[in-house]
Amino acid sequence: MDEEYDVIVLGTGLTECILSGLLSVEGKKVLHMDRNDYYGGDSASLNLTQLFRKFRDNKEAPAELGRDRDYAVDLVPKFIIANGELTKILVHTDVTRYLEFKQIAGSFVFRDGKISKVPSTEMEAVKSPLMGLFEKRRAKKFFEFLQGWKDEDPTTHQGLDLDKDSMKAVYEKFGLEPGTQDFIGHAMALYLDDDYITKPARPTYDRIILYTTSMARYGKSPYIYPLYGLGELPQSFARLSAIYGGTYMLDKPIQKIVTDASGKFVGVTSNGETVKAKQVIGDPSYFLKSDDGKIRVIEEGKVVRAICILKHPIPETDNSDSCQIIIPQNQVGRQHDIYIAMVSATHNVCAKDVYIAIVSTVVETSVPEKEILPGLNLLGPIHEKFVSITDLYTPTSSGEADNIFITRSYDATSHFETVVDDVQDVWKRVVGTPLVLKKREVEVQE
Amino acid sequence: MSKQFQFKLVLLGESAVGKSSLVLRFVKDQFDDYRESTIGAAFLTQTVTLDDQTTVKFEIWDTAGQERYKSLAPMYYRNANCAVVVYDITQSASLEKARTWIRELQRQADPSIVIALCGNKLDLAARRQVSQEEAKKYAEEEGLMWTETSAKTGEGVTEIFTEIAKKLPLTAPSAARAGARTGGPATRTGVDLNRQSGSAPGQPDACNC
Repeated sequence: MDEEYDVIVLGTGLTECILSGLLSVEGKKVLHMDRNDYYGGDSASLNLTQLFRKFRDNKEAPAELGRDRDYAVDLVPKFIIANGELTKILVHTDVTRYLEFKQIAGSFVFRDGKISKVPSTEMEAVKSPLMGLFEKRRAKKFFEFLQGWKDEDPTTHQGLDLDKDSMKAVYEKFGLEPGTQDFIGHAMALYLDDDYITKPARPTYDRIILYTTSMARYGKSPYIYPLYGLGELPQSFARLSAIYGGTYMLDKPIQKIVTDASGKFVGVTSNGETVKAKQVIGDPSYFLKSDDGKIRVIEEGKVVRAICILKHPIPETDNSDSCQIIIPQNQVGRQHDIYIAMVSATHNVCAKDVYIAIVSTVVETSVPEKEILPGLNLLGPIHEKFVSITDLYTPTSSGEADNIFITRSYDATSHFETVVDDVQDVWKRVVGTPLVLKKREVEVQE
Repeated sequence: MSKQFQFKLVLLGESAVGKSSLVLRFVKDQFDDYRESTIGAAFLTQTVTLDDQTTVKFEIWDTAGQERYKSLAPMYYRNANCAVVVYDITQSASLEKARTWIRELQRQADPSIVIALCGNKLDLAARRQVSQEEAKKYAEEEGLMWTETSAKTGEGVTEIFTEIAKKLPLTAPSAARAGARTGGPATRTGVDLNRQSGSAPGQPDACNC
């Protein structure tokens, strides 16, 4: 370990693995370490043994759940938006070679005590029980307006300016009821709260278009999901990094981040040995304690997540083998939405006839488990439940001054768009220029 | 018409026993004395034609160095149909390492996996530390195929892959096998991300980002 590296990466979560892969492809000499003996960090998928080790104090998993190896239970509930930024990175880096994806079967929204499918096209909107007859006409006009919008053609703007007018003004222009605004803003634009309403409409427009084009891509829902669980994603980027010369060390406890007299990064100490590098990138868990007294990460809220093992599909979801259900905050008197994400044996993440649902939300009170009750109540009998309350950390500085670059915790959003934002942000801080994806040569020799 | 099957083959073994050299010999019929570890290849493919005109296409995964610090990902073993576990006949410790890898395969891989134990560097037989008897006895006990090869001279290399091909279950097209990611893009059951933006109305070409 007396070599010197360009970059040491700490933690093998998805954010760190994407960065490691991209940096290795770029020609950087990367050393990637993790304190755990498995890949994925907070974005890992665990087998039953690992799951019970983590949540049940090493207790053995009940035999009736089936074989250990059949399980890959995600710690963080997220789906991939078919036309989103993560898909672009997957395609451009060619890691799709190592992965196989399936659709998520349905996207639902909770309203007035019932679960309904999220309409994503004019046709579905017309049939949806979410709206009355007149409201359907108004919604149809609204969607036609969004689909028809062209920046360069003012006749498509109907007097609105997406960059200046608020989303509130757009909703009002089409006379949409609060309930309709709820499912558009939360189940399609995927906002966690209502802050977006008073802001310019452009980002909301972009998000709705992302939702509808993603929906159009494969048909059943805007989401796709990797077979064998989300933990496959960091593993595939780690392989990319290794193929381009990156060195991998799991099961490496990190004792110290070494800095020089001016506070600049020098190296990382593991098992008494110090490895040197020019820069370090790591997930926040590696920087909670600092040896020089500097506070490098701060907590910006908490997420509560309940991993639930079911023996049946979620009621009222047309027996979908997988789905997302969004409970908009207004519906249950909260500030943040509650999400349910469910996958099953179809995705090779559990034994046959088992369903894994994760209910999650941003913590607002001192009794987080109570906050997710509206979600838990929709699941029917719950066979096993593993609850976690996770601190969301964010770095206190950009890292440019001391060459210590810290990523963010996985937030409460239901997709990976903010993860890619973080990758782009860290890349720019580390490399100094924006991330530009180049298509790799296809190396498979036929 | 001849039938074609595709299988995922993984390589295992200690660093510097000649895993990549074996593949390079098999796939490109090349050898390089000072070869650095493989850079830039996701995996290599090579086809073997059997006597009855059946063709077997191997999708060969190299460890990319992730074996060095025991950091191979479960993804590596996933859906592997066959494995070549390599040791160096001039280093007895490398056979010990091979035993560890075989235990790991028995734990992590599909129980039906075909495993071949392969003693490489036969061209250096004068410096042999691992006897044929010892390795063969171990292979028999564990129900493994066994052979010796030289990636440098090419001796035994094509043969080991052909023998593996004969041992694989050539009963159904591999695409029909449970979870065969080895089926290749055309036979995948899931969604194909590479089916690009052409089919996604309203999205600019993703390459412009």
